[in-house]
Amino acid sequence: MPEAPAGTLYRGREGMWSWVAHRVTGFLIFFFLLVHVLDTSLVRVSPEAYNAVIGTYKNPIMGLGEAGLVAAVVYHALNGVRVMLVDFWSRGTRYQRQMTWIVVALFVILMAGFLPVHLGNVFGGE
Amino acid sequence: MAASTPTLAAPRSPRRARRPNTELYSWVFMRASGALLLILIFVHLFTNLVSGGGVSAIDFGFVAGKWAKPVWQVWDLLILWLAMIHGANGLRTIINDYATRTGTRLTLMGLLAVAFAVVVVLGTLVIFTFSPCPPGAPADLLPSFCTAG
Repeated sequence: MPEAPAGTLYRGREGMWSWVAHRVTGFLIFFFLLVHVLDTSLVRVSPEAYNAVIGTYKNPIMGLGEAGLVAAVVYHALNGVRVMLVDFWSRGTRYQRQMTWIVVALFVILMAGFLPVHLGNVFGGE
Repeated sequence: MAASTPTLAAPRSPRRARRPNTELYSWVFMRASGALLLILIFVHLFTNLVSGGGVSAIDFGFVAGKWAKPVWQVWDLLILWLAMIHGANGLRTIINDYATRTGTRLTLMGLLAVAFAVVVVLGTLVIFTFSPCPPGAPADLLPSFCTAG
């Protein structure tokens, strides 16, 4: 009996997964940007309208969403630097896998600095 | 020894593209704008979400206080334009990758173009027509310099 094929998932390891994450985070950030320009535009309507809508950004669920947004931006920015190094640095392709793990490490460090401050502001109360 | 060297036709020079290489410019733009956006957005996130009270301190007075200074108007305008072009170009790539039917692709591209135009025009107008001290607004919602005079 012939062995079943192993499946069609392309297992490109770090290179593929960093590409997938770059695409997903870029997609999400773009749609947040559309919403963010619309909500900020309310400053042109009235201070009350802007404060009412920005107030919803301060509840705990939105606060967690902002943490996710910042995580997406930080990853996309760091991996973008990796993409530029792969493109322009003569040894970029040789070290792309190691650079993926450097991106992960820098991401963890930056988020470890950001999350306590942000979650303190969201959950700390007045 | 006596064999004569065969003459070969000189390689034909590659055809030169007459039209500008837009995909190359798009590729360059993604990297150049990405590098600028890294600085612009990290500072934006730091001033708005980390320093001071973070998200809990954002209100009309906070935004008005920032946009009363031209440097933040230009800063946010640069983010708006660069990020919208960078993001719309990224979505263009995603649509081209996954929307294989021509009708679907054209529809999504149309929606993207409309969203891009609306958000860029609206955002630009808001940054430049904004008044930090709108007449008739309650003073406690305004930045302190509105009532200082």
